[in-house]
Amino acid sequence: MSEPQSFLRKYVFSLDHKIIGIQYIVTGFAMAIVGGLLSLLIRLQLGWPTVMWPILETLMPNAYASGVMAPEFYLAAVTMHGTIMAFFFISYVLVSGFGNYLVPLQVGAKDMAFPFLNMLSYWIGLVSALVMILAFFVEGGAAAAGWTAYPPLSALPAAVPGSGLGQSVWLLSMALFIVSFTMTSLNVVATVFSMRAKGMSMMRLPMTVWSFFIAAIMGLLAFPALTAGAIMLLLDRHAGTAFFLPAGLIIGGNLVEVGGGSPLLWQHLFWFLGHPEVYVLILPALGITFDVLPAFTRKPIFGYRITIWSLVLSGFLGMIVWGHHMFVSGMSPFSGEYFSLSTLLITIPMAVVGVCMLGSLWGARLKMATPGLFTLGLISMFGTGGFGGLFLGNATADIQLHDTYFVVGHFHLMIGGVTVFGTFAAVYFWFPKMFGRMMNESLGRIHFWITTLGYYLIFLTQHFVGLQGAPRRYYAFGSYEYLESIAASNQFISIATFAVGAAQAMFMFNFVWSMFRGKVANTNPWRATTLEWSLPSPPPHGNFTTPPVVHRWPYEYSPEGYEDDFAGQQVDGDTVPVTA
Amino acid sequence: MADGKPAPKLEGLLVALLFAGTAVGFALYGARNWFPEVASRHGVGIDAMIMFLLAVTGAMFVIGHFVLAFFIWQGTRRDSVAARMASPQAERRVAITLGLVMALAAEGGVLAIGLPVFGEYFGDIPEDAVNIVVTGQQFAWNNHYSGEDGIFGRTDVALITPTNPVGLDGNDPAAADDFVLINQLTVPVDRPVKITLRALDVIHSFFLPHHRVKQDAVPGMSIPVWFVPTREGRFEIPCTELCGLGHYRMQGFLNVVSQAEYDAWLDEQAGN
Repeated sequence: MSEPQSFLRKYVFSLDHKIIGIQYIVTGFAMAIVGGLLSLLIRLQLGWPTVMWPILETLMPNAYASGVMAPEFYLAAVTMHGTIMAFFFISYVLVSGFGNYLVPLQVGAKDMAFPFLNMLSYWIGLVSALVMILAFFVEGGAAAAGWTAYPPLSALPAAVPGSGLGQSVWLLSMALFIVSFTMTSLNVVATVFSMRAKGMSMMRLPMTVWSFFIAAIMGLLAFPALTAGAIMLLLDRHAGTAFFLPAGLIIGGNLVEVGGGSPLLWQHLFWFLGHPEVYVLILPALGITFDVLPAFTRKPIFGYRITIWSLVLSGFLGMIVWGHHMFVSGMSPFSGEYFSLSTLLITIPMAVVGVCMLGSLWGARLKMATPGLFTLGLISMFGTGGFGGLFLGNATADIQLHDTYFVVGHFHLMIGGVTVFGTFAAVYFWFPKMFGRMMNESLGRIHFWITTLGYYLIFLTQHFVGLQGAPRRYYAFGSYEYLESIAASNQFISIATFAVGAAQAMFMFNFVWSMFRGKVANTNPWRATTLEWSLPSPPPHGNFTTPPVVHRWPYEYSPEGYEDDFAGQQVDGDTVPVTA
Repeated sequence: MADGKPAPKLEGLLVALLFAGTAVGFALYGARNWFPEVASRHGVGIDAMIMFLLAVTGAMFVIGHFVLAFFIWQGTRRDSVAARMASPQAERRVAITLGLVMALAAEGGVLAIGLPVFGEYFGDIPEDAVNIVVTGQQFAWNNHYSGEDGIFGRTDVALITPTNPVGLDGNDPAAADDFVLINQLTVPVDRPVKITLRALDVIHSFFLPHHRVKQDAVPGMSIPVWFVPTREGRFEIPCTELCGLGHYRMQGFLNVVSQAEYDAWLDEQAGN
């Protein structure tokens, strides 16, 4: 593989997995800025629903006519915030971005199995992201039926303003996203199967690779269901079919002519993707934690094999529990009880993973640095968020808690907390490998403190707002007497959100500033063991000049009878005894 | 990697306090009754389920964070690794045992407390229940009573007009004494109430926060739900499935009255 010389082929239309990974990461963070700003607007509305904001009226005259957020913009903001954060931030940065960057390096390969497919995946992904942003500028505004897009609301243009062109654009973007994501998943699976270096057995793979591998298999199995769903809904909207529309619908006083479909069918298709998607996002964050943490505890992780099998098991169970989003949907209560029991089964492998994380800290010699701090925060969020899941996976408790702020708080701790903390840990940890410079540690620590404390103040408080019965996706709560008590909580949550938002702006600044001005990094600044740390920072095109040979597992920290407190996977057994 | 950054021991202590303090703070903040005051028979069971989960997960939340904080505090005070690794067998034993204990502690009660309540809520509806058909539409609840004959008149979407919101067929004799109220739902106390949920346009969700009742109303489906109100009063009915611009103000009211008041109210409605 010769290195392309032109700027265009080297940095834009690149086939190099490292460049593609960084492209995904930058695209994902750009989308996160959009999604994050939307969340600030949402919180401004929920905290102070009656206050006028003339400056916002000047900036966005349509969304803020007479200085107050329009209800249609609120629903569009909620829908787009969820969609962008789950699919275009976390999926792109953590899964496609770090997956692309890390998997070939950590298995000891020159590149992904299919570099051209990889490039195609990124460019389709970018188009998908741009199409999603475009939705804000079409007539009627962006999609407003929630990120779950339940029909008939999302099927009939007369049902809600965002159900015009905005919803079609949303569906098109989702279909493209799945195409792009499926290509990346295919590449990850093929690379792990066929491109591992000599000596890199499956049971010597870093947890990061294992988690990307399991996530990719889940993505391949689960995501196509929604491609079909999205196309079916597009046909319902534009071609006169009625997959999701029953007979006799009356919208705005007019009878809808078609009929014979089922709204619940969409919910099954959506959640058949939607629930595995959560695992696709969370598993890599967990895997990354198991690789980042030991660099700061200086000891092997606890329970390598049992953790792998727990992740495999939870991945399998994650495929068969989607109905727990539908306990009160009108689905059969027998199905409900099945989905409840299968969901509760997942707590067993997940609790094992949690114990192994805590066990990895037992007896450690802890070194403090930002990536390590974020993994500690992740362990905490994983526990707290997981406990909330016990309430919602329980069909009995879910009758009261479904579609309340309890759900909002819970999934923000999991797919907004665990995955985001995993992302931050990964960025601070691998930034020196990507760009050859260190990120600023002081800014990193401030970022950690505000984000951790802020997340708890925001999302645990939302759990208690939910216990008081506050429904989600409400533009305002003013007319409800029984919810008078949540007004103060809502302002408190909003203030905490602004603080967390400011900390993320600081992180973005740190990221960009460090790329050019950060302290120059050496090959292995964290003294870590996986293969990428044996390469220069940044690694050259083609990664390894000579094919690496692997002699040990990736957790050889503090080996006995060796002067250094770690041994990389490429260090041979004569130099340091092999643990596994 | 401290690199002249804050003393590791002090920072370790502070981070440990961050996690332990957050856990204790939220445990104290959370230890109160958050629910809207319960007003239905099965609601007591749902509350018991949630309270059980709050107690068990609250304890695990605090204990887990104390362990995390302790390891962090200890870890930053060491000059070398104190325990490199146990045997894979020992690790497996510890992880699976603790994992199972945590999972079973949280879930044993789920089956013992939760299943009977779930079975009652979704089980057979008593024959003597008060019957009302509630049809959701953007953005109101249409409450259809069968009147004195106890038989619901025929409805047809083709007959729907602004003054006939559920499309009641005037030619059906059974419809003569039927009446439909918008957003006002009146039921007697201490008697089973059966609500049959329908929707005209998009999915809505019928939520009685005080009665621990929630059920989606789905176009094309008739979904029954039942409960026994246990105290009189006026309660709010928010919609809990996103249904459009007016979702947040799709507000109904449930009036729970004594049987005598209910009978008088029915007579009054028949008179109209």
